[in-house]
Amino acid sequence: MQDGLIVRNLTIRPDRSPLTLVDDLEFAIPPGQFTALVGESGSGKTLAARSILGLLPQGLSPTPDSRILFDGEDLTRASAPQMRAIRGARIGMIFQEPMVSLNPSMRIGQQLAEAMRLHTTLSTRQIRAECLAMLDRVQIRDPERCLSAWPHEFSGGMRQRIMIASVMLLKPRLLIADEPTTALDTLVSRDVLDLMVDLTRTSGTSVLLISHDLGMVARYVDDVVVMEKGRAVESGRARDVLRAPQNAYTRKLVAALPRRGPARPPTDAAPLVETRGLSIGYPEKAGPLRPKRFRRVVHDVDLAIRPGETLALVGASGSGKTTLGRTIIGLERPETGSIRIRGQDIGDQGTASRCRARRDMQMIFQDPYSSLDPRQRVGPLLVEALRHLPGLSDGDRRARARDCCVEVGLDPALMTRFPHQLSGGQRQRVAIARAVIARPAFVVADEPVSALDMTVQKQILDLIRHLQDSHGFACLFVSHDLGAVEQVADRVAVMEAGRIVELAPRDRIFDAPEHPYTKRLLEASLRLNAA
Amino acid sequence: MLRFVLSRLFSAVPTLVLVAVTIFVLMRMVPGDPATLMLGDLAEPDQVAAMRRSMGLDDPVWVQFLTWAGQILRGDFGTSIVLGDPVLPLILDRFSVSATIVLASVLLAVAIAVPLGILAAWHQDSAGDLAVIGSSTLLLSIPSFWMGLMLLLVFGLELGWLPIVGYVPFGQDAWAAARAMILPVVTIVLVEMGSIVRMARASMIEVSRLEYITHARAKGLSERAVMWRHAFRNAFAPTWTLIGLVLGSLLANIAVIETVFTIPGLGRLMIDAIYGRDYPLVQGCLLFIAFLYVMVNLLVDLVYPLLDPRVAE
Repeated sequence: MQDGLIVRNLTIRPDRSPLTLVDDLEFAIPPGQFTALVGESGSGKTLAARSILGLLPQGLSPTPDSRILFDGEDLTRASAPQMRAIRGARIGMIFQEPMVSLNPSMRIGQQLAEAMRLHTTLSTRQIRAECLAMLDRVQIRDPERCLSAWPHEFSGGMRQRIMIASVMLLKPRLLIADEPTTALDTLVSRDVLDLMVDLTRTSGTSVLLISHDLGMVARYVDDVVVMEKGRAVESGRARDVLRAPQNAYTRKLVAALPRRGPARPPTDAAPLVETRGLSIGYPEKAGPLRPKRFRRVVHDVDLAIRPGETLALVGASGSGKTTLGRTIIGLERPETGSIRIRGQDIGDQGTASRCRARRDMQMIFQDPYSSLDPRQRVGPLLVEALRHLPGLSDGDRRARARDCCVEVGLDPALMTRFPHQLSGGQRQRVAIARAVIARPAFVVADEPVSALDMTVQKQILDLIRHLQDSHGFACLFVSHDLGAVEQVADRVAVMEAGRIVELAPRDRIFDAPEHPYTKRLLEASLRLNAA
Repeated sequence: MLRFVLSRLFSAVPTLVLVAVTIFVLMRMVPGDPATLMLGDLAEPDQVAAMRRSMGLDDPVWVQFLTWAGQILRGDFGTSIVLGDPVLPLILDRFSVSATIVLASVLLAVAIAVPLGILAAWHQDSAGDLAVIGSSTLLLSIPSFWMGLMLLLVFGLELGWLPIVGYVPFGQDAWAAARAMILPVVTIVLVEMGSIVRMARASMIEVSRLEYITHARAKGLSERAVMWRHAFRNAFAPTWTLIGLVLGSLLANIAVIETVFTIPGLGRLMIDAIYGRDYPLVQGCLLFIAFLYVMVNLLVDLVYPLLDPRVAE
């Protein structure tokens, strides 16, 4: 009998279908070890992890010769009650989306105590004491209050801490963490990971980390298994695999890690977009008798964006960077201060000229799944963006849409497809094509790659940079991902709590940061070149 | 909490005023007047004129409205022209009949439909699930009067198990009263169940795909605990809203059922009042129903935060 987790010949297929989602996967995690399954979406890594707990979606099951041995016991042969006794108690799982993985209509205390009541014989008072101690361990302020609070009262980072607390309360022998920090921003995800490592090391728990992020993997795990299309293409000590990847796909993944491109010569042209003393606030919920008040999210921002340059706006979630981007492009109204486009204050002018100014500006949104009209085909979607250009026949417009598709690396045959028939990367290419087709002078890109896989991120970032070189538009690149920023930015503005705390050329920000907040962000960013 | 209730009640005032004005104007636009109807076809014109004068129908419409509104504010809904009784006690008396039937039906419909929908969702795409969806779609498309007539035909006429006509007050003979209520209640339950089943099933399926359900399973909970402790409360919220709507519309549309089963409820009272151009009674009934709607909705909203704590703020 051997301790730890051993997975052998794991093959997962839908019932009555020849499609293989996980193909003959083999790996082992000795007790106390950290192993990562790395791969892009669709590689089968999440399915493989869920099959360990027997939590595959309906209609999917491992084939009969698959083996999942856990401390000598074959989980593929375990009965439902046996499986339930293992779930939570000996194998715990942390999910990707902290916003939806806690039950919204159950108090935190009940959710924490639930598994304890099920798997231990502790009294209610003992359980409560354990919960309080654990919440304290995961750095929740005021654990007493937390027990009686609802999940929606906490931020994503806090919820993920609570999630970790709820799983680690039972000191499982194995922890499966499915992209535990993908939904969190840099600073928070670093804290959450450190916490997870700390807790699991203390209790001797081994960890199976599911991730698409090689930078993170390099820092935390012992072994790594690289998956592509359901197969393990390479495995071994994390350090060796990343230093000298043998497989072509692994090499592609390593190559997709953010790398700094050559710096462009600084321009001293007159600013294209300029803000002076810009403050933005949202009206607080006002009653009939309460005066309207503003909650300020952006304070007194002065920015200048020159033609053709990329200014990156970085900061944690809630720092006001997205609001600032949306306001500059005219989607939100500023509270005070001015926005000038080519020296003209757009706040002073009437609606008509503001609209005209807006034609020169475009936006690329974060989520390519919701930013494209699901009922419009790609072709009309692009043609629509040309409606303001004079002197174009329908044929000209279609021809231009076709050229633009080629330019962003899309097969023009996809123009007859609906967005849901495209992959995430293809959709984001459509969104970019829609933004640049009318040759705007200024583009705001709001986290354009954070919903995409690593290799796709790299392609999209390269595309943006390439389009910018050929069309010369200026870009405000809003992101919390310093890796992405390092690849595309000419200058970087760091935002903290609604204020710009540091603004400097890219190399200076990354090599010689001055503000303490910038330094913290850089330290938290898990860059491979540092590892 | 109290502030919320008060503000909601307060915000219902404009709705009720609007309802009052609308029904008052509409009633007076309907051809035919109560004086002629009361005195019959053979009445002399001067008799009718005298009657109209005594009923206050010769005053300008706005004066009539203000008089009526003033009375209502003092809690006086006026007197029925046809029946000669005060309107409010008449409404309350008949309402108690309708309310018994409606409440019993809705409670029963919910008690059957919600568990059925949830079980169907939990066994999605099984034969049982298909049977549930199929039959609820069928029930959904049957009009209530037809269902009522068919039930009367089968269980009343053919089999003779249940009474066909006649309503017995509960105070008089509880056994006979219950027997008389069975067919109307079953009709309403059958007709209203379909939409509740479908809503409960759809929201349960939606919730069962969420990650906190997988998380609950990953804790080692049994399927039963996952379903009832974690999924049910979250899935019930939209159904609860639907139940409120069903209750409100039943109170307003009960007249059909009451006509089929000859039950002297609020719906019948109003229909008769409309035929008799009994202005004060019609206005009273409609205002009362509008008020019920507001109250039912308020109740639904007050309970909602218990199901979904996120809306409490």
